[in-house]
Parts: sequence; C-alpha cells; structure tokens
Amino acid sequence: MIELKREELLISQLADLLVNDKHIAVGAASPIPGAAALLAKEEAKLQNNRIRVTILHSNKYNNFTDGARELFDCAAQGRIDTFFLGGVQIDGEANINLVGTGNYTKIQKRFPGSFGSALMYFVVPQIILFREEHSPRTLVDKVDFISAPGFSDVNIYRPGGPKFLLTNRALFKFNKQKKRFCLLKIHNNESIENIIKLTGFKFDVDDKITNMSIPDQTRVDILRNKISYMVSEFYPEFADRIWGI
Amino acid sequence: MKQFDELSLLEIVDEVKDGDLIGIPADYSGVPMMFTKELIKKGVKDLKLYCLPLTTIQGDMLIGSGCVSEIEAAAVTLGEFGLAPRFSEAVEAGHILIKDSTCPALHAQLQATEKSVPFMPLRGVIGSDIQKYRKDWQVIENPMKCSGHKNEPILLLPAVQLDVLIFHAPCVDKNGNIQIGRRRELATLTHASKKVFVTTEQILDIDFFDNELSAATCLPALYVDGISVVENGAWPCALPGIYGQDNDEIKKYSIAAKTQKGFEEYMQNYLFN
Repeated sequence: MIELKREELLISQLADLLVNDKHIAVGAASPIPGAAALLAKEEAKLQNNRIRVTILHSNKYNNFTDGARELFDCAAQGRIDTFFLGGVQIDGEANINLVGTGNYTKIQKRFPGSFGSALMYFVVPQIILFREEHSPRTLVDKVDFISAPGFSDVNIYRPGGPKFLLTNRALFKFNKQKKRFCLLKIHNNESIENIIKLTGFKFDVDDKITNMSIPDQTRVDILRNKISYMVSEFYPEFADRIWGI
Repeated sequence: MKQFDELSLLEIVDEVKDGDLIGIPADYSGVPMMFTKELIKKGVKDLKLYCLPLTTIQGDMLIGSGCVSEIEAAAVTLGEFGLAPRFSEAVEAGHILIKDSTCPALHAQLQATEKSVPFMPLRGVIGSDIQKYRKDWQVIENPMKCSGHKNEPILLLPAVQLDVLIFHAPCVDKNGNIQIGRRRELATLTHASKKVFVTTEQILDIDFFDNELSAATCLPALYVDGISVVENGAWPCALPGIYGQDNDEIKKYSIAAKTQKGFEEYMQNYLFN
C-alpha cells in the first residue's frame, strides 16, 4: 500500500472530475486544483487526448497573452470547461462567500474578497467548489455574504454553475433542480454520521455512496515525479511542504 | 530632443497628491515597490486605491501606514502567505471604505474609459451581495433586439478614470516605449489614467518598433508622463520574466504585520535601513 498525503488524495480525486474537459483554468490560491489539472493533462496525453490547462499564477502554464481580463472574456465565450472556486463559507444552496463573516456593514472577520467568482460561477459549465476544511463554520446553512449565488432566476444568462463540492472529508454533487447537495463519496476513515455532524447544511445521500478512490501507482508516479516539479514553478511553498522540492 | 521625460523617483512621488484615485497593478504585473516605499515616507493621505484586480503587500503596506481612505478591489491578499493583515484589520475596524468588486468588473470599468463611453455592460454578478452593495452599479433590461437574449437583465458599470498610475517595468527603449510583455492589463490601466509614471530596471539604447516582436509587447511612450530607472524596483514582489517574488521576505512581512506594532517595527526597518 502506497503511503499518500491527504493533499495527494484530493489532487487525485479532483483529477477524476476533469477527464472530459478540453480546457481547465485555475485561479488564485489553488495549488491542489492546479496540480489536479496538470495531472489530468498528463494522463490525457498518455491516452492520446488533449486537455489544455491555464494556471493564472504561472508564467509557463498559462495560455493567455491579452492580460488579466482574458480569463473572464475566454470564460464568457464558453471556452473554459472547468474552473475552481473556494469560499470562506459555502451554503446548502451552493452560494459562496469569499468576503467575510458577520454582517457585511460591520464585518467581524474580513477575508480577501470575491476575486472573479461573480462572473466565473455564471459562465463556466463545471464549477468545482473546493474547500479543504469541512466543518460547520465553513459549510453553513446560509452564507453571511453572497460573493456569487449558487443559482439564478431563469431570465438571467447562466450557462454555468456548481457541479461538485470537494472537502478533505467528502465529495458532494450539486443538484441544480433541487438546489441541494448530494453526498457521493467519503474518505476511508469517515462515516456518513460524522459528515452529517460536521456539515452545517442539510444534504441528500447518494444510494451508491462509496469511499474516495485511491490513486494507482502509475498516477502516483506521474504526480510525484513530474507534476510536483511543475507545481513548484507557481506554488513553491506548497511543493516544498508536500513533496520537499 | 529626448523623446521622453526621465525623472527621479522623488519627482514621481511628488506627482501623487492627497486624495488621488491611484491605479494599483496586481502582483503579477510589476508592482512599483520602491516607489511605494518613498510614497509612504512622504506621508501621503486619503489615497483611493483602484486595484486591477487585486493587491498584495503594496496595498497592505499603504493601508497599514495610514495612507488610504478607500479601496476598490476584487481581493486583497498575501497569496500563499495568507490574509493581508493590515487590510483585514482596517476593514474590520471601519477605518477604510472597501468597495467590494469582482475582477471582470474592475477591468470593464477601465475599458469603458479606454473607449471614452460612460458605462460598460457585464454578464454575471446579478443576485450577488457585491451588486447589492454597489449603489453606483445599475441593472437594465437588454435593450438590443438583435443581440443577447430578449428581456435579459444586464449589469451596467460606470466608466472609471484614474488620477494617476505608477507601475514597474523590465525595460524602456530610447524613445520611452515601455516593455510590458503579455501584461496587457497595464495598457488598460494606462489608457484609463490621467497621468502615468513608470519605474524601470533599465533604459535600452534600442527602438522597440524596429522589431515586430518587441513592438507587439510594448506600451507606446505617448501614454507615459515620466520614467525613472529604479533597479530591483519591484522587490520583494516579482517582475515577470526578470525576477521572482522574494518568498522569504513576504513571509517575514506576513508574520510581522499580524499586529500593528509588528507592522510598524517591520516598516521602520523596511523604510529606513
């Protein structure tokens, strides 16, 4: 049995969700999604498929030449299949908050801000919400501030939206019709009861709920021998912490 | 006659007035840190920061030093090194006004000024609390019959003109054309600013327009009011293609700036040693 870091399991799980993409973009503060996108790209190459990856904070793994606005223009044109968003808080209707906690006009704890979420969430078909901490303070019944809403009225232009939510304990799928998450997979040492206890919103449980898949040796080799060095170009601190490079 | 004005760093600093709306480039676009250091030393007040679309240590230092009354941004963060502590505390205490935005809106407001039109439409954003708190933004129904969707609500953003912009660039040619590479957002910022000053690592004795490659990646001198050579002028931030971010220094700052006292000690050393 290969000894795996938690981050490696998350990278592997995310990579599984990217296999059908043509173009994956990765935004700020996202070393795990960045690694997952590059892993999906490398594996696609081996299958003689092509995935393009744009890592915003990289000079090398970045397809854009028209400045920082190109990400948003490209996404609005429908040329990005998957993007990742996080949240200080995420609620049961997939609203996300990247701004802070408490009443906005008298904020208690201020976080960086909404970044490009208020457009990307609307126009990218597969948004994967990724937040490592799985607790009642991050997964809440209702967010204190909506950086970007989980769903919109029918007259609003919205080809995109939430598809999955991955935490360090579980993977949920978002059901757009029911406006509700459904628990798909849990980590090996987790129980459904514990997930219910640690989740601040109500959710459904899939009939075929399984454990998260463990990456095979081939995938682990690609990740450690190749992707790790690529990641160190744009997230040196992360690459050092996980792989010691 | 020389085709551009070469200024000292302090002459550029003097061009920034109390209360100015100042353009702030993102951490990947050439942050003018040496300039920022001198601006803080001068004790400028009531700056309004317009970030395209975010700021890191530059904005946090200006806020912690009491130079800022207002900031419009999509994010203020130290990236891998966590929250921007002086920013977070200033917002929590109500010491500065934050106009929360989202990246494409910050681009679009400047693009309106580039085209000299009063507003720019943007999709998305509707239904967010960002929109709810932005009284300067408006939603209308798409008035076009031949494009977009019928009856589609669409967000309108006002054109924003900056008073002044300063950024740091790798090099300038003998005619004052600025090499910005693929960082085209610097062109957007420049086009939307009344005054533009550039600090640069070096002035080269060549003409970027002699070569198609260098011509395509430069910002023409006609938009620029003054240039100053400042070596290592982005440190500890990165200068794309020239040097990387000094991670040790940003980390050191992120730890020191957790408290106002720690920040002041750090700044004493940073500004005067």
